[in-house]
Amino acid sequence: MPKKILIVDDSAAIRQSISFILTQEGYETIEATDGLEALTMLGSIEALDLIITDVNMPNLDGIGFIRKARELAKFKFTPILVLTTESQGSKMNEGKEAGATGWIVKPFNSDKLLGIVKKVAE
Amino acid sequence: MALSIDKFKSTFREEAFELLGHLEDDLLELESQPKNGELINSAFRAIHTVKGSAAMFGYDAVSKFAHEMETALDLCRNGTLSITKDFIGLALKGRDQLRQLMEFEEGVPTEIAKESELLLRRFVEFSKRGQSPGAPSHADIQGAGPVDPGNSSPRNAEAKTYRITFKPSKGIFKNGTRVLNLVEELAALGRADVFPHMEDVPPLGALDPESCYAWWEVLLSGPIDENSIRDIFIFVEDQADLRVEQVKEEADGSSKRLGDILVDRGAVSPGALREALGSQKKLGEVLIEKNLVSTPQVESALVEQEHLKKGQERVEAAAGSIRVASDKLDALVDLVGELVTLQARLAQTSLDLRDVSLSSVSEQFERLISQLRDNTMSIRMLPIGSTFNKFRRVVRDLSLELGKEAELATEGADTELDKTVIERLGDPLVHIIRNSVDHGIEMPEVRDLAGKPKAGVIKLSARHSGAYVLIQVSDDGKGLDREAIRSKAIERGLILPSMEIADQELYQLIFEPGFSTAKKVTTVSGRGVGMDVVKREIDALGGSAQLSTVPGAGMTVTLKIPLTLAIIDGLLIRIGGEFFVVPLSAVDGCIEIRRDDLAALGEKRIISYRDELVPFVSLRGFYEFAAEGEGEPEIEQMVIVSAQDYRIGLVVDQVIGDYQTVIKPLGRMYRDVDGVSGATILGDGTVALVLDVNRLALVVQRESVR
Repeated sequence: MPKKILIVDDSAAIRQSISFILTQEGYETIEATDGLEALTMLGSIEALDLIITDVNMPNLDGIGFIRKARELAKFKFTPILVLTTESQGSKMNEGKEAGATGWIVKPFNSDKLLGIVKKVAE
Repeated sequence: MALSIDKFKSTFREEAFELLGHLEDDLLELESQPKNGELINSAFRAIHTVKGSAAMFGYDAVSKFAHEMETALDLCRNGTLSITKDFIGLALKGRDQLRQLMEFEEGVPTEIAKESELLLRRFVEFSKRGQSPGAPSHADIQGAGPVDPGNSSPRNAEAKTYRITFKPSKGIFKNGTRVLNLVEELAALGRADVFPHMEDVPPLGALDPESCYAWWEVLLSGPIDENSIRDIFIFVEDQADLRVEQVKEEADGSSKRLGDILVDRGAVSPGALREALGSQKKLGEVLIEKNLVSTPQVESALVEQEHLKKGQERVEAAAGSIRVASDKLDALVDLVGELVTLQARLAQTSLDLRDVSLSSVSEQFERLISQLRDNTMSIRMLPIGSTFNKFRRVVRDLSLELGKEAELATEGADTELDKTVIERLGDPLVHIIRNSVDHGIEMPEVRDLAGKPKAGVIKLSARHSGAYVLIQVSDDGKGLDREAIRSKAIERGLILPSMEIADQELYQLIFEPGFSTAKKVTTVSGRGVGMDVVKREIDALGGSAQLSTVPGAGMTVTLKIPLTLAIIDGLLIRIGGEFFVVPLSAVDGCIEIRRDDLAALGEKRIISYRDELVPFVSLRGFYEFAAEGEGEPEIEQMVIVSAQDYRIGLVVDQVIGDYQTVIKPLGRMYRDVDGVSGATILGDGTVALVLDVNRLALVVQRESVR
């Protein structure tokens, strides 16, 4: 069965790029444009193999989204990766405190992305 | 393989222009209400998104510029600096500059670059006011360039041995970290011996299943540098106690003694060691008796000693091997099989007697047997590459005969498979490869016209996938002719002319007996034997065959073969008074459903499982057991299995648990029984049938379509 991955980012370009790379590798992806939409989606999903989320988003940011997701029993132990940029060292820590598993630093290429995804989700 | 995401570039550009538009609006509004936090946030988010995406799509100038603007806005956002009219002016200029820079993916004209430079300096100056003197500006950090820990570490060819102690914090699971994955990833770096420390695991009553109590010591040898070890733990640095030490091997090449290792680790002082050595017993026992070290400490040190010793043996007898008659191996496998069966009886007996000491012996015995089983099986494993040469010859001879040009490329020749499986795979593979040369690869002149190289390539690859090996034969020929297959299938009465059928299913028909679309019969293929023989043989191996094609670009046949035939891990289930085994590798999960809910579904035998519609079948009905009547349970149990690429549910009376299964072949009488692939003997001597999930799935799928 293909692994199912939720991608949360307000940038369609980033979302589609990640989704493209992952589906090429046989993953199944679903997308949400911000934390709030993602959280609503989680309500109707039974299980996920991985969540990849941006930090800065309108309505509900990535950190807040992770906190809320971790409160749901079914996503308590789901791996969550945070998309950050180099300069956001503090966001990595904030993300970890909120319950993230790891992070992906932008810019990244497909090899780097797949390497990290395999590491936490396989 | 780096996938290109360039096709999303236009999306990025549209998005960036839109965001820059929003940024302008936000900045203008901020001018009249400079304290509006939501506006600052929104402006920051816009610039942040532009920065991140620009870097992804190679707009370096944009990304660099946006970075400084972001830094300045961030300082306003967290209140360090306040928004002034001057700043709004500067930010608007910056926005316009970004808009301009978006036109140049690379090679920004000098004038514009100069303008950027000037504006950037003003942003940096603005940001500096908000930072304590001496703190490095972000611009300086950027100057250092990105650090890629994965690639920059120099490869050191010299083999080293490391002792890695990995103590995860109790709460590590709460971040979704798979601790065992990390240990496995580490062990994959080189030759590894893993020693798990379970001494901190509390008794079941006091155990919090959401906490991690175990910790690991790993001895790792190979040409590995410390950075690549630490990289594995990069996400858990702050949630684990990680020690990486290099173990120095003795200068004279002799193995280290246990005492030396313990002293090295600081587990015992040299004085205490000497005193202990005075006694006659084994050193480890003595140390434990004297309470100087704990049992796990000694055990893990012994693992290290063994690890180092093995390393030296490896150097001495590199790849030393002996030849053994294969019937001796077969006898060994049979004996292991008997042992597994006997162990099941022991487990059953100890359960019946409720004797704690007996069950602890039985559990240890079970662990040993499963190790013995894995070891024995691995002796029978051979690299599949040994048969690859034969196929190269097939391709060469056949293409010569047909006047075609073709070559065979192989991949994954060192993939290991059970010896008997490899032997039985030979013929089906020859069929498939011949088929590819005969039907797939075009004549050289045709290929030339189609813009392909004259010589066709047939690729044979093998790789592991869970408890299976995937073997693929793909060619770059003309692919399958959908219409020809369709009309042939209609002619043979396999489908009705009016029938709509998915491409995938249509191609699958090639595996049906008597199916061949070749216009003339050649000596090699086209007589309608071949692919159905392949299918039958692969089915007999417990595997499955799949076909995919791209018209004009070739086709691929994928064979999914179980690693071994003789002993598997299974899930034991009960229906009525009978027991069945489902191969564990096919099991996706077990769920419980209320009988009423099932009844409410009526004829529609489909449930939703993980957002997917899954057809199911009641095995009680399927095998025509008498209904249990009054005694039927309120809650039904269903095993979800995956076969090929879909899932089905099997309703059973009871799921008993996992079970090491020695598969015995069924007699000839049972050859045509659908959905059963073998039998096994349970602990109490009863016979359980092994379900053939692929066949069952086919039947269920067909019925659910009806």
